[in-house]
Amino acid sequence: MTQTLERPSSAHKRKGNGANTGGLATRTRRRLTPYLLILPALIILSLVLLWPIVQMVWMSLHDYGLRQLMGDEAEWNGFAHYTSVLTDERFWTIFRNTIVVCLAMVLLTMLLGTLVGILLNKLPGWASTTLGLGLMLAWATPVISAAIVYRWLFDTRYGLVNTILDALPNWLVGSGWAEFNWFNDPGTLFPILIITVVWQSFPFVAISVLAGLKSIPGELYEAARMDGANAWRTFWNVTVPMLRPLFALLLILQVIWDFRIFTQLFILADGVDNREVALLPVYIYQLGFASTPPNYGMGSAIAVIMTVLVLAITAYYLRVMIRQGEVR
Amino acid sequence: MNNVYRLRKIAGSVGMYAAAAAVFVFAVFPVYWVLATALRPTGEIFTREPTVLPREITFEHFERVISGVLIPGTSFWSFLTNSLVVTIGSVAFAALVSLFAAVAVARFRFRLRSAFIIMLLVIQMVPIEALIISLFVNFFHLGNTLDMELVNNLSGVFVVYVAVMLPITILMVRNFVAAVPKELEEAAAIDGANGWTVFWRILMPLVAPGLAASSIFAFITAWNEFLVAFTFLQNNSGAYTLPISLQYYFGAVSIEWGSIMAASTLLTVPVMVFFLLVQRRMVSGLTMGAVKG
Repeated sequence: MTQTLERPSSAHKRKGNGANTGGLATRTRRRLTPYLLILPALIILSLVLLWPIVQMVWMSLHDYGLRQLMGDEAEWNGFAHYTSVLTDERFWTIFRNTIVVCLAMVLLTMLLGTLVGILLNKLPGWASTTLGLGLMLAWATPVISAAIVYRWLFDTRYGLVNTILDALPNWLVGSGWAEFNWFNDPGTLFPILIITVVWQSFPFVAISVLAGLKSIPGELYEAARMDGANAWRTFWNVTVPMLRPLFALLLILQVIWDFRIFTQLFILADGVDNREVALLPVYIYQLGFASTPPNYGMGSAIAVIMTVLVLAITAYYLRVMIRQGEVR
Repeated sequence: MNNVYRLRKIAGSVGMYAAAAAVFVFAVFPVYWVLATALRPTGEIFTREPTVLPREITFEHFERVISGVLIPGTSFWSFLTNSLVVTIGSVAFAALVSLFAAVAVARFRFRLRSAFIIMLLVIQMVPIEALIISLFVNFFHLGNTLDMELVNNLSGVFVVYVAVMLPITILMVRNFVAAVPKELEEAAAIDGANGWTVFWRILMPLVAPGLAASSIFAFITAWNEFLVAFTFLQNNSGAYTLPISLQYYFGAVSIEWGSIMAASTLLTVPVMVFFLLVQRRMVSGLTMGAVKG
């Protein structure tokens, strides 16, 4: 409270170092301390992540391949990579597939996750704990193990899914499942990819929603009941508004995570050589490491496009974070 | 009327339990199937009449994974050692660097503070999948300049892991530091302790649990990481980590599902253990503040 007695200008001057006692040296040291403390992190982040971002943009504007990697001068080629990418039909197919697959994953994850979160909240203690533990198992499975087990479940010859589909009556599921290959065609591979990813991500949403539901004060529900609101109206007028910030955050995180899917597709499609089933991250990898000769410039151009898209979503994420006071 | 109401209530709760059971099976079955495949004899795996429960339990696949040679010149132990070294090393290093930065952000007001936090939030979102080409090129050149191998070698992977862990770890640890009452430090300072002593004697013990939780989180990320390790280490099988080794079980001709599932189980066990330890903080760490529990 004594602070209010100070004039704004002097308070402003002293911002940052509470103690103005001590000599100049102490004060300078105190002012420098935070910078010294963030310095190691800053150096590592600049060298390992910020600089490659610059490098990526630079390479996307140059002819950059194996010879340049080995030390040849890279030649500026303007926006040639971008024009050839943006007029390439293959890029647009992959782009469209990436968006569609990503949206399907996000929507299914959010829907299933929210419903299961509500279910967890409704179930009595023991059942909720048991189901929660089950969800945890799916969530904790390493991404690569998850992809591998789905590849096994849908295996052409001995996979459980094909065996079951083959055993079911033909009038129900059709025939020809005994040797059905799910992994060659985008139309069957992408659904499996979506299941694999949703399987691993809906637990996080469910448990977040449960935590969110539990954080809503009971008085609000009581008040709604007093006002004669039924369950449906209570849900829309109390629960949904209270959970809106959480949903915004979950939605953004899921979009960003699902946009980046690489490992699962790598395993399910058995590497990156099947050109029919690529998504953006796999396409970038193909251009950089699985084509002869590697085209780092073109790969970088696509990487820039992908980064811009992700950062656009991140801008929205930042707004949410700033509103929540995470930046203060 | 009353009866209809009661019937509906019973039907409702039956429906609820049925839904819970279905979700439970959906979540758990693949995990179970990994284990069930790893533990049954080969003859039971390659069959058109699979059973849900193994008829016979065997550890032959585990034995083959642990003592077999997947790629000449390597062993399960070399994969495991590489994974442990690079994961624990990068987690420990990142924890220390994060702790310093977190203290700066939580305890000091300085001009670049907001800019630093915003940078962390943005960097955390830059997809490593997009950066992978320039990371590789960058480390290749840096290695040439420094006359050491950063690619085809665990050191490059180590550095990338540290950098990738930093933003989220700093942001998480920052909250733990901020939660320590300032009065404690001030009291120690009045008693004549200098900044360094306050840091190690007062702050450190109180932040340690939070730091441990964030580190476990980082551990899981690094332990599971595939893309960077695969890209950087491709030509040096001696440096392969466990996740990279897994995909070599997919042979050109046939796939040894028993071995893959056994190896996959061995990869998963440490993660599951750690996961259960930190699952409560996992949600609050990832949604940072959106859930106030």
